[in-house]
Amino acid sequence: MLSRPLFRFVRDDRRINFMRGRHMGLIVSAVLSIASVILFFQPGLKLGLDFRGGIIVEAQTPGPADFGKLRAALDHAGIHPDAVQAFGSPRDVRISINAPEGADREAQTQKLVDGVKSAISAAEPGTQVLRADAVGASVSSELFRDGLLALGFSLAMILIYVWVRFEREFAISAVVTLILDLTKTVGFLAITRFEFDLVMVAALLTILGYSTNDKVVVYDRIRENLRKYRTMPLRELLDLSINETLNRTLGTSMTVFLAALPLALFGGSTLTGFATVMLFGIVVGTSSSIFIAAPLLLLMGEKRLRKETDAG
Amino acid sequence: MMYYSRLRLLGVAGICLIGVLLCLPNFLRSPAPSLPWRQIHLGLDLRGGSYLLLQLDLKSLEHDRLQSLQDQARQTLLDRSLGYRDFARDDATASLSFMPRSDAERDAALKAMQSLPPVVPNEFTTSEKDGRIVLTLQHDAMLARAREAVAQSIEIVRRRIDATGAIDPSIAREGDDRIVVELPGVSDPERIKSLLGTTARLTFRLLAPNPSVASPGSTMLEDESVHTQVAVQDHVDVDGTDLTNAGAVIDQQSGGWAVTFQLNSAGATAFANVTRANVGKRFAIVLDNKVIEAPNIISPITAGNGQITGGFDARSASDLALLLRAGALPAPLSVVEQRTIGPSLGAASIHAGIISLLTGLLLVIVFMVLFYGRFGLYADIALFANLILMVAILSLFQATLTLPGMAGMLLTLGMAVDANILINERIREEVKRGRGPLQALQAGFDRATGTIIDSNATAFLAHVMLFVFGTGPVRNFALTITIGIVTTLFTTLLLSRLLVVRWYALARPKELPV
Repeated sequence: MLSRPLFRFVRDDRRINFMRGRHMGLIVSAVLSIASVILFFQPGLKLGLDFRGGIIVEAQTPGPADFGKLRAALDHAGIHPDAVQAFGSPRDVRISINAPEGADREAQTQKLVDGVKSAISAAEPGTQVLRADAVGASVSSELFRDGLLALGFSLAMILIYVWVRFEREFAISAVVTLILDLTKTVGFLAITRFEFDLVMVAALLTILGYSTNDKVVVYDRIRENLRKYRTMPLRELLDLSINETLNRTLGTSMTVFLAALPLALFGGSTLTGFATVMLFGIVVGTSSSIFIAAPLLLLMGEKRLRKETDAG
Repeated sequence: MMYYSRLRLLGVAGICLIGVLLCLPNFLRSPAPSLPWRQIHLGLDLRGGSYLLLQLDLKSLEHDRLQSLQDQARQTLLDRSLGYRDFARDDATASLSFMPRSDAERDAALKAMQSLPPVVPNEFTTSEKDGRIVLTLQHDAMLARAREAVAQSIEIVRRRIDATGAIDPSIAREGDDRIVVELPGVSDPERIKSLLGTTARLTFRLLAPNPSVASPGSTMLEDESVHTQVAVQDHVDVDGTDLTNAGAVIDQQSGGWAVTFQLNSAGATAFANVTRANVGKRFAIVLDNKVIEAPNIISPITAGNGQITGGFDARSASDLALLLRAGALPAPLSVVEQRTIGPSLGAASIHAGIISLLTGLLLVIVFMVLFYGRFGLYADIALFANLILMVAILSLFQATLTLPGMAGMLLTLGMAVDANILINERIREEVKRGRGPLQALQAGFDRATGTIIDSNATAFLAHVMLFVFGTGPVRNFALTITIGIVTTLFTTLLLSRLLVVRWYALARPKELPV
C-alpha cells in the first residue's frame, strides 16, 4: 500500500483538450457572474446581525416552543419582533428585531435585548437563553466598512504580489479570474440566503487566497513551459500545462474540500453557512483554474506573453 | 541538498519537541505554581459569557469641563471684584465668553482668565473679540483629556466589575473612545450593564434661592424622592471625588436602607463650611443630574460623614455604595454592542468544533495515504506536527481560541498538505522523465519550493488584512490561519523533507513510491 499510490485523479499521459472549450467556458463564466451581480442588487444579500445592527435572541424552551404564546408575551411587553422562528430542534426559538430608528436608537437597541429576555422567560418559565446579541447602528456600519476594506485590501495585495512575481499579463488574468470567482460566490450567497456577516467575509477571503494558490500552480507551469518550448503554439502549450498540473489542481482542492466538509456538516449554526460557501468557492476556484485562468492568457496574446517571459 | 547535517536534524527535532512541551499545559494541571504554565484560552463563544462594547461620551466630557471652567472663571472674577455681564457658554464651538463691566477692567479680566489653572497643558486659549473676552478649549488638549478619560474609565470599570465578583474579566481599550469588556461565564449581564451604565457622579449643591424656577447659575433637576423639578445651583460645594468610603446600612430611624459615606479632610472641611454658613437651607444630594434627596441643613456637619436615604432597597443601596467606592466615571458610558452566549451553546460549540476537527483530519489523512502512498504517510506525520506547533504557538502567546479559530486550524491543515502534493507530483514528473531516485527527489523538493512559497504568501497577505480589519471571532480565524501558514512552511519544507531524506538514506530504494 505504501510502495505506490493506490489512486490517481487522471492518468499522467492523459491529454484533455481544454482549450477547445475555452469560448464556452468563458461565456458560461461571464453569464454566471453577470447573473450573480444582478442577484447582488436584486434581491441582494441578506445582511447578518454584524452588518445590519439589531437584536437576535436564541432561546430553548423547556417543552416544544409555543410560538403564539411567545409572540403574545412579546407583544404584551410592547416589543414587535421582525421574526420569531424555529431553528434546530422544536424547542429552539430565534427572535430577531431590526435596529430601531430614531435619535435614541443605540440605547433602545441595548434595552430591547433585556426586554425580550425577560418577556420570554416570564411566558415560558425555565427557558434557557442560548445567545443574546445586540449590535448598535454605529457599530454595525463600522463593521460593514471594515469588512469591505478587508476584502478590498486583500484583493489589492494579491494583485500586487502576483504582479511582482509574474508578468503583467499573468497578474491581470489572475485578478480577472478571481473577480469572476468572487462574484459567483456572492451570487451563491444571494440565492442561498445565508447571512452575510464578518464570518462570511472571512470565507470570501479564504476562497480568494485559496483560489490564488491554485492559479499560481498553473501559471508557474505555463511560465516554465514558455521557456522550455520556445516554438510550441501558445494554445498547445497552455493545454499541456493544464494537463500536466491537473492532478495537482484536483488533489490540492480535494484536501481543502475534505477539511471544509465536516465544518459544513457538524459545525453548528455559526459555521454551516461559512463552510458551505467555502465548499462552493473551492469548486468554482478549481474549475476556473482549469477553464478560465489559462484561456484568459490566450486572449492576452502570444507575442506579448513570450516577450515578457523572455525578459523575465 | 539531499544531505541533512546533524545540526539541522537536531534543530528540526528540537522544534517539534519544544512544540509538544508547549502543548502540554493545555492538558495537564500545573505541578507547581512557579512554573510558567501557558495555556490557550477558550473564547466566549466556546466558554459561554458576555461581551460588552462600551462607548465613552466624549461630548459630555467637553460639556462638563466647559461648565466647570465657567464656574472657575466666575469665581475668579468675583474674587478680584471684576464685573461682567452676559456670560455665555457655547458647546458647539467649545467656548465661553463674557463682556467685562467696563473697558478699564478688560485687561484685568483678561489677566484673570489667563491665570486660571488648566487641567492639561495648553487646555484653552483666551482672546478678545468685539469687546468680549473669549475662552476656547483646544482640540488637541481635549483629545489628550479624552485619552486620559478612557484610561481612567477602564480603571473604574475594572473596580466595579471586580466588586461584583465576576471571574477572569478582561477589560481593554478599543479605538479612541471605546472599551471592550469580556465576562466569561456571565450569562446574564444585566446587573453589570446597569452598574457600568451609571456615571455615579455624586455632588452636593445648594438649592437655588427660589427652588421652583430656574435662574442664572442654576438648573432644573428631577427630584426623585418627590418626583418634581427643583432648581439646583450649578456651583458644586462638595464633590464625590472627595469620598473615601461608602457602605449600605439600615437606617436606625426609618428602618429602610441607606448609604453612608465618609469624606476625606478636604471634603470634610468644605462640607463643614457650607453647612455652617447655610443652616436652615436645603442641601441637594445629586447623583448623575438627578436629585436623590434635598434635606434641610439642621446643624453644621463637621465630622465629614453623612447618610443618604432615598428610598433604597437592599440591592440598590449596596449597588450605590459599590459605585461610590469605585469612583465616578469621567463621562457617561453606554453599551453599543453586546453579545451573550449561554453555557449550553458554548459546550455545544466546543463539541461541534472538535468533531469537525477530528473528522476533517481523518479525511485528509486517509486521502493522502490513498493518493500518495508512503510520501502521503510522511505528509500525515508532518500534519500532526503542524497541528501540535499551531497549538504550541497559540499557547505560548496565551491566545484565545474561538469556533472560527478552530475552523481556521482545520482549513490550515487541509491547505498544508497541498505543499506535499506539489512536491510529490514534481518528484513523480522527474521520475517519469527518467531521472534516478536521488535526482528526482532533489529536483522535486527544489522546484516545488518556489511554488509553495508563492501560494502561501498570497494566503498570508489575505489573512493579515483580515486580522487588521476584522474584530472578535473573525480576527481569531485570521490569527490561526496566519500562524498556520508559518508552521506549514516549517513542517512541509523542513520536516516532511527530512522524513523523506531519512527514509531514502536508510532504505536506498531503486524506485521511488510515487
